[in-house]
Amino acid sequence: MTRDAVQVAADVLVIGGGLAGAWAAVAATREGARVVLVDKGHCGTSGVTATAGPGHWWVPPEQREAAVADRLKRSLGLGDPDWMRRILDLTWTSLPSLRGYYDFSTDDRGQVAYRGLRGPEYMRAMRALATDAGVRILDHHPALELLRHGDGSIAGASGLALRGERPWTIRAGAVVLATGGTAFASRLLGSATNTGDGLLMGAEAGADLSGMEFSNYYTPSLAGTNMARSMAYSFARWFDADDRELDIPNGPDVTPHLARALLKGPLFCRLDRVPADIRAVMPQVQPNFVLPFDRLGIDAYRDRFEVTLHAEGTVRGIGGLRVADAECQTAVVGLYAAGDAASRELVTGAISGGGAVNSSWALSSGQWAGAAAARRALASGTRADALAVATGRAGLRPRRTAGTFDTSGAVAAVRVELNAYDKNIFRRGEALDASLERLDGIWRELADHGRAEGRAGLRLREAAALVAAGRWSKAAALTRRESRGMHRREDAQGADPRLAARQRVQGLDRVVTRFEAAPSQAEVA
Amino acid sequence: MIEVVIEERCDGCGTCVDACPSDVLRMGEGGKAVIAAQADCQTCLLCELHCPADALFVWPEIEQPVGITAAQALASGQLGAFRRDSGWGEHAGTFTNQHWRMGAIFERARLMAIELAAAKSARSEEGSTS
Repeated sequence: MTRDAVQVAADVLVIGGGLAGAWAAVAATREGARVVLVDKGHCGTSGVTATAGPGHWWVPPEQREAAVADRLKRSLGLGDPDWMRRILDLTWTSLPSLRGYYDFSTDDRGQVAYRGLRGPEYMRAMRALATDAGVRILDHHPALELLRHGDGSIAGASGLALRGERPWTIRAGAVVLATGGTAFASRLLGSATNTGDGLLMGAEAGADLSGMEFSNYYTPSLAGTNMARSMAYSFARWFDADDRELDIPNGPDVTPHLARALLKGPLFCRLDRVPADIRAVMPQVQPNFVLPFDRLGIDAYRDRFEVTLHAEGTVRGIGGLRVADAECQTAVVGLYAAGDAASRELVTGAISGGGAVNSSWALSSGQWAGAAAARRALASGTRADALAVATGRAGLRPRRTAGTFDTSGAVAAVRVELNAYDKNIFRRGEALDASLERLDGIWRELADHGRAEGRAGLRLREAAALVAAGRWSKAAALTRRESRGMHRREDAQGADPRLAARQRVQGLDRVVTRFEAAPSQAEVA
Repeated sequence: MIEVVIEERCDGCGTCVDACPSDVLRMGEGGKAVIAAQADCQTCLLCELHCPADALFVWPEIEQPVGITAAQALASGQLGAFRRDSGWGEHAGTFTNQHWRMGAIFERARLMAIELAAAKSARSEEGSTS
C-alpha cells in the first residue's frame, strides 16, 4: 500500500451521502452491520436533495392502485407496477420515522405534512439519524475505485481523503453505490460533485446500466445563476429579445418550446402571474429561490429577466446502474446501487420521475440496498485479509505511457456534447454519431495516457466518469431509433411498439447496447 | 460563487469548512475561515445557511468571482438572509418552514394553465366566427 494509507474494515461501505446513501446506511445498521459512509463532500450538504425541496410519491393506501395504474400508463411500457407499489409502501412508513429529526409542519387542516421536506433540513436530519444509528461518516473522502475478490464479488473500495491528500482503503463485505446521477457538468444547482463516479466504478467492476438514453430533462433558471427551482416558473410568461410574448403554455412539455426559443436567441421571463399570497410566502417555502433576485436587484415578480435552461442529465433523467434483483443488487455480487446512481425506469418508465418519484426511489432503493448489503456482509464476512484486486482503469492505470491529459477540456466537451439543446433535446442519428465519435476519441486518450495524483487525480477520474456516462447516453440514444417519453428523435418520430422495452448498455473500451425482452402486453396495456 | 468571509464576524467554529460539499474553505492561520479554492465553489449557498455567525457571502453569479468586498457584503443587507428565511437558529419560530405549501402552489399553477388555455381557445373561436 501507499505510505500513510488509511485502512478501515467494515461490514458495509456506502459510497455517497446524499438522500439514498444516508437511507442505505441507516437501513444497514438496523440489520446489525458496522457501516462506514464515505462522501466526496459532506453528508448533509452533498447531492441534489440538499439544495432542493423534494416532495415524495406520497399516496394513501386506498388511492395507490389508481396512482400505480396512472404512472404505469405514462411509463410508456418501461415501468413495473410491483416496484411502484413497493416504493409507495415504503415511503408511507418511512417518512413518519423522521419525527424528532425533521420538524414536520402541520397543514391548514391540522394534518402533519409528511409529503415534502425542505432539502437542507431533510439532509441535516438524515445525517443526524445516521450518526445516532452508529454510522461512521467520513466526509471529504471521495472514492476512486472498487476492489474485487478473485471470485468477482466486491471487496471494498479505495479513494482519497482530501484533507492531507491521503489515500484510503476500506474493506467491506458489501458496497452500496449511492453516488447520485450526473448532470454532465451543467451548472445545475447542487450537482457539481455528481460526476457519475459510481457509474464508472460500477461498470469497471462488471455492472451494466439501463435507461441511459433518457437524459434530457431541463429546468429553467435566472440566466447567469444556477437557481433551478422550477416552482415559480410554472406561472411564467415567456418573451423574446424584442419583448414579444411567446405562445408557450406551461406544463410538463414546456422544455422543447423553451429550447427552440433559446436556439433562436435570448429568452426572457416574467413571473407577474404568481399570485400575491404565494409571493409573500415564497421565502419560507423555497428560501434559496429568492436570493439571486434579491442580491442582483431584480424584482422577480415585476421585472423581465433573462433565463437559461440547465440540463439535469441523469438526475431528473432516468438512467443508471441496472438493479438485477428486488434488493437493488447490480449484476456484480456484493455491489448494490441506490438513488440516482441506479436506473429509475422500473418506477418512472420513459418519463422523468420529477422530484417526487425520484425521492421515493432514493428512500426505498437506499433502504433495500443497505439492508441487503448488511445481510450479505454478515453472512459472507468482510474477508479483509483476502486478496483483493483494484478495478479502476481510466485515469488510474493508463494503458500506455502516462502523459498529460487535458482534464478541463474533456469536461468542457462533455458539457457541450451532452447538454447543448440542439444535440440533446432535439436528437438526430447523425449528431448522436458525431458526439459519440468525439467522446470515444477523448476516452481513448484518457484511458491510454491519463494519470494524476491527489486532487488532480480526483478531477481526472471525474472527467473519466463524465466521458464514460456520456458515451453510454449517446450510444443508447442512437440505438433507440424512435421517440418515447423524454427521448425525442427528430429523425424517428413516434414510438415503435417493438422498442417498448428497457435498454441495457455496458462496456468501457467498447460500448454495447441491447434491448431487454419486452414486458408482457398485459402489463403495458 | 463564494466572495468573502467577514473576518470580524467569523468566530472560527469551522462549521462552514466541514459543511462545504466542494471543499472550498479552510481554517486560516488566524483561526478564521478562508476561501482556499474559490473556483471549485458551486454556488449552493449552503455555507451561508450553516454559518451561525452570518459571516459568509455568496454572490449568485456562477461563472466567475466578481470581487465583492466585506464592506459591500455588510452594506447589502443580505448577510444571513438565507439562514433567516430558513428559520435556523434564533429565527426558528419567526420564519416558519412553509415548504409544505409546495404541492398546493404547483396545483394552482396547473389550474391557471388550464384556464389560460381555455380562454385562449374561446378567443380563437370568437375570432373565427366573426
